[in-house]
Amino acid sequence: MSSAPLLEIEDLKVHFTTDEGVVKAVDGLSLEVREGEMLGIVGESGSGKSVANMTILGLTRASNADITGRISFEGEDLLEMDDEELQRIRGNGISMIFQDPLSALHPFFKIGSQLVEAIQIHQDMDDGAARAHAIDLLELVGIPDADRRMGEYPHEFSGGMRQRVMIAMALTNDPKLLIADEPTTALDVTTQAQILRLIERLRKELGMAVIMITHDLGVIAEVADRVMVMYAGEVVESGTLDQIFYDPQHPYTWGLLGSLTRVDQPRLARLAQIAGQPPSLINPPSGCHFRNRCPHEFAKCTEHPLLEQRAEGGHSDRCWLPPDRKKELRVVETGEIGLEAKESAA
Amino acid sequence: MARYIVRRLIWAFLMLIAVSGVVFILFYVFPSADPAQLRAGRQANEDQIQAIRESLGLDKSVLEQFWIYLKGVFTPLDLPGTDSHGPLYFGHSYQSNADVKDVIFSDLPATVMLTVGAVIVWMAVAIPTGIISAIRQRSLLDRSTMITTLVFISAPVFWLGLVALYLFAQDVGIFPIFPGIGSYAEADSFLSKCATMILPWLVLAAATAAIYARYLRSQMIDVMQEDYIRTARAKGLPEKRVIGKHVLRSAITPIVTLLGLDVAVLLAGNAILTETVFNIPGIGAETFNAIKRSDLPMIQGITLFGAFFIVTLNLVVDIVYAYLDPRVRYE
Repeated sequence: MSSAPLLEIEDLKVHFTTDEGVVKAVDGLSLEVREGEMLGIVGESGSGKSVANMTILGLTRASNADITGRISFEGEDLLEMDDEELQRIRGNGISMIFQDPLSALHPFFKIGSQLVEAIQIHQDMDDGAARAHAIDLLELVGIPDADRRMGEYPHEFSGGMRQRVMIAMALTNDPKLLIADEPTTALDVTTQAQILRLIERLRKELGMAVIMITHDLGVIAEVADRVMVMYAGEVVESGTLDQIFYDPQHPYTWGLLGSLTRVDQPRLARLAQIAGQPPSLINPPSGCHFRNRCPHEFAKCTEHPLLEQRAEGGHSDRCWLPPDRKKELRVVETGEIGLEAKESAA
Repeated sequence: MARYIVRRLIWAFLMLIAVSGVVFILFYVFPSADPAQLRAGRQANEDQIQAIRESLGLDKSVLEQFWIYLKGVFTPLDLPGTDSHGPLYFGHSYQSNADVKDVIFSDLPATVMLTVGAVIVWMAVAIPTGIISAIRQRSLLDRSTMITTLVFISAPVFWLGLVALYLFAQDVGIFPIFPGIGSYAEADSFLSKCATMILPWLVLAAATAAIYARYLRSQMIDVMQEDYIRTARAKGLPEKRVIGKHVLRSAITPIVTLLGLDVAVLLAGNAILTETVFNIPGIGAETFNAIKRSDLPMIQGITLFGAFFIVTLNLVVDIVYAYLDPRVRYE
């Protein structure tokens, strides 16, 4: 923890003005990513995790977007940069892969030409050298017969193979940071595991940092160093992987954990679920944004809690419950962690 | 692909036979006037009309007439037992007694010239306009452009043509900004023919350019929302390349389909109004005259020719589309 962080976000706010009102997609996000580290960002759809990460590369810039805060990458503030300066970073220092690998690749261009293009934007390489580099990358991400497949179109690849192509494209210029936005969501389960293992292997081999965005805690259970849980545009809990999985502090995190199927726990009659709908980002509940879905709401919850260290070891959260009360509430007789604890105890 | 093309060609041929059947029924079985009477002219007596009726084969049964007609059109060579008219025989014009085929071929250059020029003009206007409107979406420029296009789409061609003549033609206009504009028929060199075409090109292109610009704009706006455009930006591509290569490549593809069909329709003589207003002796003007004079063989010939262009260009569009969109494969 001695060197300066690779990426540092301070109080990032991304607000969109719409006809219905101001959508606070990201409302005061701060985080740090160090070199070679994997940060998991977890949350349900609309929690602001994708918007926050697209904002790092300036992909949310629009006439109706109001973006404030600071995003510092290798000492440079990305929010201060104009589009041309950002293009130097995009796909070079920071790369991104997306959820649906079919729609993320241009359907009319061959895989090879899309890869070569990505290389030649940032590197002064002739066509032959760029092609050879592209083939190496396809082999690195485990695409057999890479030479021939360079001449094929995205629709000729399977879902998992397409995501491998996306990863190869992201790696073309040896990025320091890879942002993976739900990279496995559109894939079937066995392919998911392969892609995750691939990302983990490449992170170790190439020494790059990874931000893994997902709604599925299972995805990051093995690979993340630290985890941030986002809800309604805010981080509600942040800690190491072990802290989040074995000592979760926020009832929303309990809900996420409770909704996982786990083989190391007795099987439940049915999966726990978080009641209600995600809140409106235009007009979220006052105080704690989660309180209208939280079974443990009490008087204090009408005050908006800050993200503070409430447990040991850099583990912070936004829940007003006293730490020992949290332990009491989340542990129920069968040992699972669920939101329905209060009802079954009563 | 080759098998697909062969199958489509056979279909095209059958389609043309079907079209000729429909045309035949429309003009011979439900005639608006007695063809023999039309052919004979006003001062003919009953005997002359009867003689003409026999020489045109109008006294034969309908099926027999249709068969003779089909043979005339589709028999490629003068086979023994066929009439020695050569292929594509639609009969002779009631009006001028000229072979319909020869009339159509002599009208074709003017129509081709009008069409090609108008296509160049409308694409040259529509593509940049559509792109700029799409990337400057909701700006003042975009809004004023879109309103202007609406005006041109709404303006009838005959009105626009007359206004253009009134304002800009050299001999009658009050702002004769295009020198050398005169009658197409009197122009002798290619360049002077081009000069006479400037106003017709602009008038014919106006509405279509407007439609294409609006269509391209909405296509581009759709494509810009695609995930793969986000990928292109995330790669670090300059915005110009994102728009000019990745967005345009997808947005232009449906335009190509539209273009093929519009060209076919124009070649088929659909520029009737433009050709009439500007006195261009093309297929459209010929259609107008033929309809005015109930010149049935002429109308039939032009209709079948038009059908030929439409069927052919449809096939061309489908083949081109398979090259433009690699996901499309014909079996």
